[in-house]
Amino acid sequence: MRLALGLSALVVVLFIGSLISGYSQVPPWRALGALFADDGTPVTIVMREIRLPRALLAVMVGASLGLSGAALQGYLRNPLAEPGLIGVSGAAALGAVLAIQTGLSLSFALALPLAALGMAVLAVLLILALAGPRGASITLILAGIAISALASALTSLVLNLSPNPFAAADIVFWMMGSLADRSFAHVWLALPFMAIGWALLASVGRGLNALTLGEDAAQAMGINLRALRLRLILGTAACVGAATAVAGAIGFVGLVVPHLLRPLVGARPSALLWASALGGAAMVLAADIAVRELLPDRDLKLGVLMALVGAPLFLHLIYKTRKEMA
Amino acid sequence: MLGSVRPSRALSTLAALVLTGAAAWGDAPRRVVSVNLCTDQLALALAAPGQLVSVSRLAHDPDSSAMADAARAYPTNGSGAEEVFLLNPDLVLAGTFTADATVQMLRGLGMQVELFAPARSLDDIPDRITRMGALLGREAQAEQMVASFRADLAELSRAPDTRPRAALYYVNSFTLGDQSLAGAILNAAGFDNIATEVGLDWGGALPLEQLVMLGPDVIVRGRDYPGQSRAEDNLTHPALRTLTETRVAGTLTDRDWICGTPQVLNAIRDMRDLRLSMQAAQ
Repeated sequence: MRLALGLSALVVVLFIGSLISGYSQVPPWRALGALFADDGTPVTIVMREIRLPRALLAVMVGASLGLSGAALQGYLRNPLAEPGLIGVSGAAALGAVLAIQTGLSLSFALALPLAALGMAVLAVLLILALAGPRGASITLILAGIAISALASALTSLVLNLSPNPFAAADIVFWMMGSLADRSFAHVWLALPFMAIGWALLASVGRGLNALTLGEDAAQAMGINLRALRLRLILGTAACVGAATAVAGAIGFVGLVVPHLLRPLVGARPSALLWASALGGAAMVLAADIAVRELLPDRDLKLGVLMALVGAPLFLHLIYKTRKEMA
Repeated sequence: MLGSVRPSRALSTLAALVLTGAAAWGDAPRRVVSVNLCTDQLALALAAPGQLVSVSRLAHDPDSSAMADAARAYPTNGSGAEEVFLLNPDLVLAGTFTADATVQMLRGLGMQVELFAPARSLDDIPDRITRMGALLGREAQAEQMVASFRADLAELSRAPDTRPRAALYYVNSFTLGDQSLAGAILNAAGFDNIATEVGLDWGGALPLEQLVMLGPDVIVRGRDYPGQSRAEDNLTHPALRTLTETRVAGTLTDRDWICGTPQVLNAIRDMRDLRLSMQAAQ
């Protein structure tokens, strides 16, 4: 309970922090005032049309990625499972790029998240088929490397074939992710899919708790493993697909956050789910504040900061699990 | 006394005669290949019939090249060393941003490669024209072109009554300042560039937030390229629609803005017409 309150407070503080950080130097109290009351100055436009959707997306994307990471790790019982690392985000980015480059997203806006979701489902299915029900680290990581490499190569190929001279520059966005200049159109596009994903993943908590005792024990406790698996696949794909479609592939959120919070929730997978959703939101909000404060005019990608924090932790986790891998 | 002329002076006089003679009649290049969009257009405008052999591929693209129609009479090249070498040119025209490996390769193969730096101001344009005229042995044509350019420019850029504040806003929130050709076009057409207000003399990133806060009188957007890219999203961001005091002008025609050729006069004319229509609307 204290953890829930603490994390919620952190998210609120960082949300406000995100609203008051930006390129233009506006005093915080004036910025927040302009958000609630239209003062007839451009500050209101900046707050309502640029900063508010950005902060909301940071919360939504962070929560989705943290939650998916915790759910995948709980299901595979492996702390290395993370949507970015195992290629789900990369595949979702490929789907989004295909929807944009074929012009499908122009005629039908929902095509963008749907295509991202479709490719994400494909990637999760592949991972689960390759890694097996126990999710052995070595097969999980190898399958993830293969899927990530294939997805990013195909993304680059599609963007390089585009007649648009700026499409190739988009490669960085799709690989690293950014929330710069996103609008409410993106919030509304992603929210329904994320909400479905959150609901599906929230419902797997009891199953994941039972799974810690092993599959047989879980089944004996009345857990329908096939239904659990289906909800996990669709939930993860909906969360990661929608997040990637609007913000690009942001890696390591689902790795770092569950790792930090696991000791605090007593290693219970069901508690880790909501905690990781809050933690993920806080982490992406913090990173998005940092990219604007560190290099205000460079559009530093979120994935760069995430990798700086996440990659060393990833190495540490591999080091810890090397006995299993040997 | 004839005998008092020193041999060295006689030699140098002779050398000077030969050199000027060469420039005047003799060795104008006969097979010229251009591998850069901007040198394409200068060469198209100045070369003698038959002198230009090939232009870069972009020269045929009506979106990028202001002289696409004229260029269609010429075969294109992909600007690669192998392709250019096989055309057997005696002069290769390239930009300073042409791949260095290509330039070094062609020079190593004994070609004369002349590099043109992109124009940064309107004053650069007569220089480029004069240099191209000298290289092609078409000095008279170049001189004429410079004269008419200067006259047209003076006519177009007469001092306006008021100077509206304008922002050039391109893909990925990029803008250009006064030290760029596009900035010079904007100034000549009677606008003040807001990039200057935020210290971007040459250009750089103008975050959407900053653009909204500066509230320029007009935002001149870069054109929409074929196909889709996420980098172009900033041009259609909803925040731009909510700026009531700002006119978001249609897309500018890139081809007149890119190269330091007399075509920039078209860009200046378009922008001047925009300014006049804004004043009329007030």
